[in-house]
Amino acid sequence: MSDVMIEAQGLTKRYDGVLAIDRVSMEVRRGEVLGFLGPNGAGKSTTMKILTCFTSPSEGSAKVNGCDITTDSIGVRRSIGYLPESTALYQDMLVLEYLEYAAEIRGLAGADVRKRVKVVVDETGLGDVIGKQIRALSKGYRQRVGLAQALIHEPPILILDEPMSGLDPNQAVEIRDLIKDIGRQRTVILSTHNLTEVQIACNRVLIISKGRIVADDTPEGLRDRAGKSRCVVNVLGKDSALALACEQTFAALSGIERVRKLEDAGDGELSFEIIPKTDEDLRPLLFKTAVDKGYTLVGLRREGQNLEQVFRELTTGSDKPSTDARDPRDTRDKAAA
Amino acid sequence: MNRTLTIAKREFRGYFNGPVAYIVVCLFLLVMGMFFWSPFFIANRATVRGMFDLMAFLLLPTAPALTMGLLAEEKRTGTIEILLTMPVRDTEVILGKYLAAFGLLAVLMLCTLAYPLSVSSLGHLDWGPALSGYGALLLEGGAMLAIGVLASSWTDNQLVAFFTSAVICFAFLFMSRFLLFLPPGVASIVEWLSFDYHFDDMARGVIDTRNVIYFLSVIGFSLALAFRSLESRRWS
Repeated sequence: MSDVMIEAQGLTKRYDGVLAIDRVSMEVRRGEVLGFLGPNGAGKSTTMKILTCFTSPSEGSAKVNGCDITTDSIGVRRSIGYLPESTALYQDMLVLEYLEYAAEIRGLAGADVRKRVKVVVDETGLGDVIGKQIRALSKGYRQRVGLAQALIHEPPILILDEPMSGLDPNQAVEIRDLIKDIGRQRTVILSTHNLTEVQIACNRVLIISKGRIVADDTPEGLRDRAGKSRCVVNVLGKDSALALACEQTFAALSGIERVRKLEDAGDGELSFEIIPKTDEDLRPLLFKTAVDKGYTLVGLRREGQNLEQVFRELTTGSDKPSTDARDPRDTRDKAAA
Repeated sequence: MNRTLTIAKREFRGYFNGPVAYIVVCLFLLVMGMFFWSPFFIANRATVRGMFDLMAFLLLPTAPALTMGLLAEEKRTGTIEILLTMPVRDTEVILGKYLAAFGLLAVLMLCTLAYPLSVSSLGHLDWGPALSGYGALLLEGGAMLAIGVLASSWTDNQLVAFFTSAVICFAFLFMSRFLLFLPPGVASIVEWLSFDYHFDDMARGVIDTRNVIYFLSVIGFSLALAFRSLESRRWS
């Protein structure tokens, strides 16, 4: 058996003439937890629906666990556990009933059903709600039932569409840890637009934008790609003479690539963005310089470029260099929006 | 086959988890009770012939009500996504759902056995036509359920599914009453296509394989179309 669990080539899907995904190709190996990252409507769900044989591609082909999605769709579906974005479960069933049903339809019978149900209930922590109706469960528990359902037949591959969306932060962390656990023994593809989740849970990231894959890397690799960390210095003062002096002083220091004055926020502080030549921490040097020159230093921080910035650059199609950064405040605003 | 039964079992239980089955069964029996006895005593004959016409008519709202949610509701809530990404064939899904509805129809028929039983206690009931009448009813009801499954596969709205299948069933039930207005050649075709034409003989106690085959064909044809419609999601 080869180590490539999922292999897609040139997957294209058109809905009524609209291109949902455009020549998506990828390879996922055994044991990888692949984060599928992209803004809403980028084509994450469409790709997943194709890989799970819910829908067919307009063009292209894919193999899942060695089975072709068009000629052996039953084989594909046997190899996967799938949690759709909606996590739609039969509301009127009890958790136990539902899991037994999922097990039976997956071809388990008799004692095997009970055994597997017990295992997944333990694995996903559903013990307390096993006798409840699904409609009575919280979103977090429903998500667990969805995961339990996907795990019941011990599939080698799990495909999870936005498993952490709509959960409160605690639930999201629990589900994320659960997925991380599960991912130790299986190949997992999970889609999300939450970058923190990807950084923590995944060991590889695919970024998809407007139906195309725009990046394929490890979370660390993506961060490196974004460039070096930068320092932001805040100095008390308003007048432009001081601003100019500061800028020149900092620029004259060794190991500095570029200094830029950030827009005045009107709070009586001057802010500068300082980009180092290497990834070395400039803060001690900047601090000493400011003290020597008699600047009233009120802020000094070092920021790594995070995935968020990379993500936005890759998915909004801007090709400006990443160091041409925005004011940190405005970054935060956009992130919050 | 196992998977078909698993789906059927879940769907059948689902009827009783919600109010649908109770409402449908109760209303059906209530209306039957209201309309069965008065003509029975007027005619003063130990027969259940009238019961089958009445039940065939009552199936018109009943069958669509039983089938309307089978696929439409799964599409609306999205549960269909998990169902169809499990290793089941589309045919098994359609067949399983159909069997569940048919099972409920059978339960309903069992409940109505009270009528021939009480009639036979009042006088001598000829069980032959009674049983063949039940057979006819199961076939006609089965055909209506298959049409209902088909309508349910077309939409994600239960109400739309209900009315679509009710209209189609209505047409099949009553088109033989409009033959007068049709040119003779067309009239005979329409008459042959109607449910009544095949139902009446059997309800009278005459079992003709042609009639059985007619209803089985309607069932097969409708379910095949439903299968096609379910499959079409892949290419849309």
